[in-house]
Amino acid sequence: MKHGKWPLIVTFLVPPVLLYVVFVVSPYLQAFQISTTDWLGYSADANPVGLANFKALWHDDYVWNALKNNAILLALVPVLTIVLGLFFATMLALGGRKGRAGVTGVRGGALYRTVYFFPQVLSVVIIALLWKEVYHPNKGLLTASLHGLGLPAPTWLGDPATAFWCVLAVMVWSNVGFYVVLFGAAMSAVPKEIYEAVLLDGASRFTTLRRVTLPLLWDTVQVAWVYLAIFALDGFILVQLMTNGGPNFSTDVIGVRMYDTAFGSETKFGYASAIGVVMFFLTLSVAVLSLRVGRRDRIEYS
Amino acid sequence: MNRRDILRRSAAAGLLATPAAGLLAGCATGGGDKDDTETYKGTKSADNPLGVKEDAPLEVVIFGGGFGEEYAKAHEAMYTEKYPKAKIKHSATQEISKTLQPRFVDGTPPDVVNNSGAGQIDFNGLVSQNAIADLGELLAAPSLDVPGKTVKDTLLPGAVEVGSYDGKFLVLNYTYTAYGIWYSDKLFTERKWEYAKTWDDHIALCKQIKAAGIAPWTYAGLHPRYMSWPVIATAIKLGGPSVATAIDNLEPNAWKSEPMRTAADAWHQIVKDKFILEGSPGLDHKQSQTAWCQGKAAFISCGSWLESEQKDVTPAGFNMTIAPTPSLGSGDKLPYEAIRGTAGEPFMVPAKARNVAGGLEYFRTMLSRKGAQDFTKKVASLTVVAGATEGVELPYGLTSVVKALDASGANGFNWVYNNYYRKLERNLVDAACGEFFSGRIGPAEFLEQCQKGADSIAQDSSIKKYKRAA
Repeated sequence: MKHGKWPLIVTFLVPPVLLYVVFVVSPYLQAFQISTTDWLGYSADANPVGLANFKALWHDDYVWNALKNNAILLALVPVLTIVLGLFFATMLALGGRKGRAGVTGVRGGALYRTVYFFPQVLSVVIIALLWKEVYHPNKGLLTASLHGLGLPAPTWLGDPATAFWCVLAVMVWSNVGFYVVLFGAAMSAVPKEIYEAVLLDGASRFTTLRRVTLPLLWDTVQVAWVYLAIFALDGFILVQLMTNGGPNFSTDVIGVRMYDTAFGSETKFGYASAIGVVMFFLTLSVAVLSLRVGRRDRIEYS
Repeated sequence: MNRRDILRRSAAAGLLATPAAGLLAGCATGGGDKDDTETYKGTKSADNPLGVKEDAPLEVVIFGGGFGEEYAKAHEAMYTEKYPKAKIKHSATQEISKTLQPRFVDGTPPDVVNNSGAGQIDFNGLVSQNAIADLGELLAAPSLDVPGKTVKDTLLPGAVEVGSYDGKFLVLNYTYTAYGIWYSDKLFTERKWEYAKTWDDHIALCKQIKAAGIAPWTYAGLHPRYMSWPVIATAIKLGGPSVATAIDNLEPNAWKSEPMRTAADAWHQIVKDKFILEGSPGLDHKQSQTAWCQGKAAFISCGSWLESEQKDVTPAGFNMTIAPTPSLGSGDKLPYEAIRGTAGEPFMVPAKARNVAGGLEYFRTMLSRKGAQDFTKKVASLTVVAGATEGVELPYGLTSVVKALDASGANGFNWVYNNYYRKLERNLVDAACGEFFSGRIGPAEFLEQCQKGADSIAQDSSIKKYKRAA
């Protein structure tokens, strides 16, 4: 061991770890403790109630309704985002190969990439407000275009039949750009020779994507999957700003339920913490499961 | 370890940082009740009935919303005029709950809190934790500048009851708000329409308005509870104030009472006959109010804050006017003029404030005639102080509010279930109204859903219940 290594490690490692423990780990542990009390949040009085909050959660229809919505998001948002992201990234990296000898992207790929990435630059709050205006039932872009074509338009965020899908569409829209860039970066690391070989063998674009690109990008896709799954279990900011869970709880998600229980219509911090604890375990299991299920042999080519 | 491993590990670390579970706890825990901290108390005298310690500092936290904070600074100046040695610490925030929650837990809250806005602290929570000081002493104290009257004598009817929980006056609601149906006087004069006083005439007028190419109604579809106000008001005018007390006291089937049923049936007409501006269910309150200001709809249900909220988009000469809900018929227990008037904009003195007497004295300053007039002049809103608008020039809409309140007089009514059980109005009745006014459910189902919400609150043992007398 080189002389003077320990002071370096101590200086650079201990303060951040300490900060992490104080500001991230300890609130989590406290959340577990608070979830077993009836704390109402505005005095120091809290009585331990054991698992009563969790028992109440089990019978809370609104929580189940929110969880159901999260489950739908979990099933759709990652799949749609990854499929669209892969599609666009492929087009940008390999789409323009027809009629040429080499493997290139479509014309103007850099511009497309910037445009796709644009939502990522905006704050989520701005995205929510922007789309709220797009969904404006009288003068919004969407409604106006449909009316312009002589088609009827629903009231989007005002109708339980459409509101949820409107929010889901914004979630996918705001995420795709990032994954286009992520997958694009991963694709550029794949040696061109592989594609040229596939091209010579006369494989179709879809086959190339399915049999060559996807396996080579598997690790990146898996990471995208975990992130998107966490996002789908949260989804709080967009929902809260666009619909606040309405109409008639049709867009409610578990994060909004927790916020509403703590700061919104009630001040039940014990109960809200119990919701938080449930969220924690759900997110944890989803992430662990998707990492385990998706495990494959890594392909080394460098 | 290659690039992908790093990505994968950072994903796992992201897990611990992403969901918000820890944030709740991070907000506020620890601390404890500190009973040993010094509180400021002075000696009571005729000139100082609340026993203010004259050099004790006073801390005031104001909600920085539509009223701004200038009015509060003026009140503070009036306070220091009387107690020049007192140092006042003033601050304004839009996030009352998040800013003050740790201080409540810690037992060191400020002396005066304007608990308002979207980040307001739920009063049921505060009251059930005994976190607010009793203002009874303030009511009994003599008024600051109206000789021979106590503070209570100078207040408008209903001002005390709306801030009372189980008979204790805890919350000073400083502004006086009327809730009714708004229309543009200019539009109505131009078209030679007249506001209808009975429901049948209202429906006939709606037909006329629709024939003229204007939608008779619009409402805040994303906050549909705004429409619960005219429905309940109609029911109270039909059945008397006991309709409201039954709802406030969570009596079984209060929402399904005969007057509520008749009222819901009546209001269903505007849905059935398509008298509502298309797309309204998808509008939020600002969007629907703006559509109304642009003349796309004739009527909207709102409180008397509407005029100042719409100040920037109201065309000149629009002349917005408030009117009571139409009477259902000759069987109504209250006259047509009766309108819902209630005190709003809540102020409180935390029970653990160090300068409770100073807080009460600050309220006495606010409730003086001078303090109230200054407020009305600065923010164009009425206060709970009776007659404080004398000699103050009011904008058009607010003038109509004063007139409507005068005409309503002792017939004015109000309900408070929304203060007792915020969740019931904000979540449950809200959702039911959305379904009802977009036409997805009928009146019977609407009341059924409201009742189900009220029952769920009644059965929830973790929510403190309040009762009020008729």
